[in-house]
Amino acid sequence: MNKLLVPVLCVVAAIGFLVSIYLVFYNAPLDYTIDPETQRLVGTSLFFNQKIYFFHVPNAIMLFVAVTVAGCASILYLWKRTPVWDDLAAATVDISVAFGAVVLATGSIWAKAAWDVWWQWEPRLTMSLLLWLILVGYVLVRKFAGPSADRVAAGMAIFGMVGVPFIYTMVGQDSHPAAGTKGVVATQGHAMLAAFWTSFATFLIWFIVLVITRVQSTRAERELRELRERALDLGVLE
Amino acid sequence: MGRLDRVQIDKVAKRYGTERALAGVSLELHGGTMCALLGHNGAGKTTLLGVVSTLVRPNSGTITYHSAGADLRDEAVRREIGLLAHASLCYAELTAIENLEFVAALYGVAADVTKVLDQVGLEPRARDRAARTYSRGMLQRLALARALLTRPSLLLLDEPFTGLDRGGALALGEHLGAIKTDGTIVVVVTHDLEAIAGRTDHVAILRRGKLVCEERSDSSYTYDQLKDLYHRNAS
Amino acid sequence: MLRHAFRIAWKDLRIEVRSKEIFMTMAFFGALLVVIYSFAFPNDQTAIRGSVPGMLWVSIAFTGTIALGRAFDRERENDTMRALLLAPVPRLSVFLGKAIAMAVLILGVAVVVVPLLALWLNAPLFAYPLELAVSVGLGALGMAVIGSVFAATLLKARSRDVLLPVVLYPILLPLFVAGTKCTAGLVAEHPNLEAAHYWISFLGIYDAAFLVLSLWVFESLVIE
Repeated sequence: MNKLLVPVLCVVAAIGFLVSIYLVFYNAPLDYTIDPETQRLVGTSLFFNQKIYFFHVPNAIMLFVAVTVAGCASILYLWKRTPVWDDLAAATVDISVAFGAVVLATGSIWAKAAWDVWWQWEPRLTMSLLLWLILVGYVLVRKFAGPSADRVAAGMAIFGMVGVPFIYTMVGQDSHPAAGTKGVVATQGHAMLAAFWTSFATFLIWFIVLVITRVQSTRAERELRELRERALDLGVLE
Repeated sequence: MGRLDRVQIDKVAKRYGTERALAGVSLELHGGTMCALLGHNGAGKTTLLGVVSTLVRPNSGTITYHSAGADLRDEAVRREIGLLAHASLCYAELTAIENLEFVAALYGVAADVTKVLDQVGLEPRARDRAARTYSRGMLQRLALARALLTRPSLLLLDEPFTGLDRGGALALGEHLGAIKTDGTIVVVVTHDLEAIAGRTDHVAILRRGKLVCEERSDSSYTYDQLKDLYHRNAS
Repeated sequence: MLRHAFRIAWKDLRIEVRSKEIFMTMAFFGALLVVIYSFAFPNDQTAIRGSVPGMLWVSIAFTGTIALGRAFDRERENDTMRALLLAPVPRLSVFLGKAIAMAVLILGVAVVVVPLLALWLNAPLFAYPLELAVSVGLGALGMAVIGSVFAATLLKARSRDVLLPVVLYPILLPLFVAGTKCTAGLVAEHPNLEAAHYWISFLGIYDAAFLVLSLWVFESLVIE
């Protein structure tokens, strides 16, 4: 990995965050409808609370990406058995669990503002929760399964990844259709789109930065351990 | 379908998560010899046995199973391997005869059940009882019968003497000596040096995953020789 | 390969028939669950129609997981799993054999629990017996296949009793939900057969996809 990659990406992400915040709060129009008859705000307008959408949806997509990446990395790990794939899977999942907790929390806030309930089994939230549960399961297995943890976790990631289309279909069958991201995004004005994609790109870069750093850290630990073993073998260390 | 006459282990390494179980171990096993794999607990003996029995996949290194000029792989190799462990490898709810018939079916061999049970000395009355009811000694005899039934050319033994009394251990040792003369490769992982003394002609000692001592002899090693080798190298 | 698989499955079933341990304990556990449900949920017909699908599949989930754990524990007792993997049979035969045996076992427990639910809760579960049988059958099969993969992988792991549900439930969720929705369609006031058939095909595709995946990765997961 190029030494400059991580710092550069960090800077890009930092700039990205600033730009996103500007765009989201100053540029993107407020989402509301005025009832033509009474000239007042329609009750279902999200108004300012809609801003959370710019931070919430990217996170949800991230969970989906995370499960897929972890699944593919796990397949590669089981095939090639080189530690780097296992590191990648584990790092991706660890970071995503944190991101996922954010998604669910912000989702709750949005739901409270929009529908006055802290949780609702609507498709997007449900899908996020189920994906997050698969990731949490992975973390638990990694932590508690002992020496065969890497294999069991890899299995869980792969099966989880294959299960995603089924989960998607299953939640899609449910309740009210909150239009898919593309749908909602497409109907927004230009400014909304700009804010949305900037926010999404920023989160993606930030996510990649965290994963790379995490993988590097794991690899450093392993190299230190191997060095120590070599030293013990040679009798240099006691 | 060939019998194995040589097994070559080449720079095999294995890690379990953060633990290094084996580090670049190279060893060659010949037919008609008994190899004693010695070392402290955690030295990697069981892992090495696992690798040789195809149940553990090494991170690096290779194993080649030679048989009269051709190399065997996968199921052909497993056909030639027999295992005798501390556990009986038999189903508690089935009788001795049922257990052995099951094994014979899986391995595609004739079920000479009576013959092999006679050979190990399991009394006829017990053969129709569930293995659950057997004593430790009887279970070990059943396990030996199971290992012998398939006529393996590579017999692996993982702490087979634990839990046996002196008489049982010596009897097992005699069986092993007899098998060796058939040309079978015998590998024993054990702490019981007395039971294998006088029959072992190849000694390999592991320490922290590395092979620190390997010796062969034209005659077999005595108990004192084994003890001496062990104390000098295992720690 | 199938011949060996059936041999292994037959061995497992023979052992179970002899001891009946898993079947009896799980059938009893299932019955206890039904009793608990009858106290936990209101008893009028509408409520029953609403909650019985969930009860059925929750029961299958719990009893199935425990049965899986216990059945594979047996292979641990005398290290017989090692013996099976060492045998000169394709390792996939070992997987298929165990999966077939588990499917039969889970189905057997379901056969006890379903009538009990219908009986004690006066639930109209047998309105469409064919659809019910197919959905429960597919559910048991899916659970057996995926459960066998992970129970075998976890055989040597620490905390395996607790980890088996932790691993299985997130992955099996679509299966349980599909089963519940299918049953809901069958017991509703105005039965929705179209929905039930949809969910049955969902289950079928799910089972097929995960069977193929299991066959593909089983050996990689189980050999250390």
